[in-house]
Amino acid sequence: MYFAIFFALIALTAVTVTISFFDLGRLNAVVALTIAVFKATLVILYFMHLRYSSRLTQVVVAAGVGWLFIMIALTLSDYLTRSWL
Amino acid sequence: MIPKQPRTHYLNISYGFKSWLFTTDHKRIGLLYLVSITLFFFVGGAFATIIRLELATPQGDLVQAETYNKLFTMHGVMMIFFFLIPAVPAVLGNFLIPLMIGAKDVAFPRLNLLSWYIFNLGALFTIYAVVSGGVDTGWTFYTPYSTTYSNTHVLATGVGIFITGFSSILTGLNFIVTIHMMRAPGMNWFRLPLFVWAHYATSLIQVLGTPVIAITVLLLAFERVVRIGIFDPALGGDPVLFQHLFWFYSHPAVYIMVLPAMGVVSELVAAFTRKSIFGYDLVAFASIAIAVFGFLVWGHHLFVSGQSVYAGMIFSFLSYAVAIPSAVKVFNWTATLYKGSVSYQTPMLYAFGFIGLFTIGGLTGLFLAAMGLDIHLTDTYFVVAHFHYIMVGGTIMAYLGGLHYWWPKISGRMYPEGWAKLGALIVFVGFNLTFFPQFLLGYMGMPRRYHAYPEEFQVLNVMSSAGASILAVGYILPMVYLIWSMRYGPIASSNPWPATGLEWQTSSPPPTENFEEIPVVTWEAYEFAGQE
Repeated sequence: MYFAIFFALIALTAVTVTISFFDLGRLNAVVALTIAVFKATLVILYFMHLRYSSRLTQVVVAAGVGWLFIMIALTLSDYLTRSWL
Repeated sequence: MIPKQPRTHYLNISYGFKSWLFTTDHKRIGLLYLVSITLFFFVGGAFATIIRLELATPQGDLVQAETYNKLFTMHGVMMIFFFLIPAVPAVLGNFLIPLMIGAKDVAFPRLNLLSWYIFNLGALFTIYAVVSGGVDTGWTFYTPYSTTYSNTHVLATGVGIFITGFSSILTGLNFIVTIHMMRAPGMNWFRLPLFVWAHYATSLIQVLGTPVIAITVLLLAFERVVRIGIFDPALGGDPVLFQHLFWFYSHPAVYIMVLPAMGVVSELVAAFTRKSIFGYDLVAFASIAIAVFGFLVWGHHLFVSGQSVYAGMIFSFLSYAVAIPSAVKVFNWTATLYKGSVSYQTPMLYAFGFIGLFTIGGLTGLFLAAMGLDIHLTDTYFVVAHFHYIMVGGTIMAYLGGLHYWWPKISGRMYPEGWAKLGALIVFVGFNLTFFPQFLLGYMGMPRRYHAYPEEFQVLNVMSSAGASILAVGYILPMVYLIWSMRYGPIASSNPWPATGLEWQTSSPPPTENFEEIPVVTWEAYEFAGQE
């Protein structure tokens, strides 16, 4: 199981590297970050055993990620709309 | 019947410095925190004294402008990070949470002691910064003051705050695990005292918010030392980003100060009206709601920073929303008084003080959350008055009220009621005389953080300085008679008020393991009926 995850991570790294040779315009960051988030999720779920942890531990991790999301989303509400005026 | 102290209790079970410095007893650790934060409170108070002396005259005649900048910075840093944030949770929370839930100790007693050492280590760095020349950026460390322009000890102070943050995180983590895992049989979530709910909500903020200030201070250090561009536009950064990250923690930090204070007030109002808190469930959930909403409003500190107007609208709306759970609490305490058997002992006087001052502080917060009015009021004394009403009028009133209320449990002795009532009155009068004139000054346009001001503002400033000297008496008085009472006060019974709550069912002072046998809870919170 761990090996499967390990090879999945290696494969995704290869994808990231390959894609970096193509210019996708505005999608460059989007694609790179999507793959990175996917990899991080795999690490947290399997290597950090979250999938097999108690419900309380899962809630704690979800809260942490949720709060990170709040921080980024509300900060971006400033940066993305500054040029509107 | 004259009450008798138990033969052995947590205070006399062992003596000597070692028995305190290596203790894992949550009650002793609470007292260690009490000693530390009292010390830092008087350091911060000394800075405030010089500030108020300087502002007694319009001319900048007592200290130079640079010195004045350092004074208000260090007053803020000391009071916020080293007194207000740990005040209620680390002292009263540490002492009471295991007692209230019927546990022998917190979940991680050694981690608890470690958090006290970390706290003092952080304080040492900050005190080093103070004695070696101070820091002048304001307690907010706004860039570019703190990155490009300040030649003072920003790094040492930053390291101090970074380290102290871990003490806060560990305390929060300890409380969360303790409240989840250590409750006595029968003590379900809705039988918990509201003090415990308030601390649970506070702990969530400490655990979720404090890492962000740690990272922000770290980024600040990187930019200052290694010149990595995070906040400096010349290096590709953005100074407003600092304000976003800083207030992501520091606005919720206000709720770290005031939520536990609200928990104290819930206990006091119930005990001195001899009634269950009106709408227990709502007050409990309001604590959680304040903790969550508190994270969504930080942008109201940035209305004039160049933040997008559209983001400002969102933050303004959310800031109004956070007033709802706060108002729920105030209305529910007031409703509890209705047809209650109200007695006016010292802790209740402080609770009344809290409700009044917190209401003024909260409502003036709504002025500042309005984007248009905020442009006029930003960086004036109106803001200074507003946050002192919340943090001093709120947190310190509740802290003192709680300290008096649980003093019989902490020390085994009663404090002198007459002196204590006088002290509560002096604090209330002194506080209002100090800070109410500042609302007027700010509204008339006096900016904060200047050591000189136009002559027409002098009358109100003299009133404020006079109030500060009265306030100082009000703070020194309890320190004197509480220390006096530890030796000479009348011996307290196990439940002198009498109140509900498990902490009153064990002896005063409690034994090291809190209860002779683990209690089994078969009643609801604040069930006064049948207690007589």
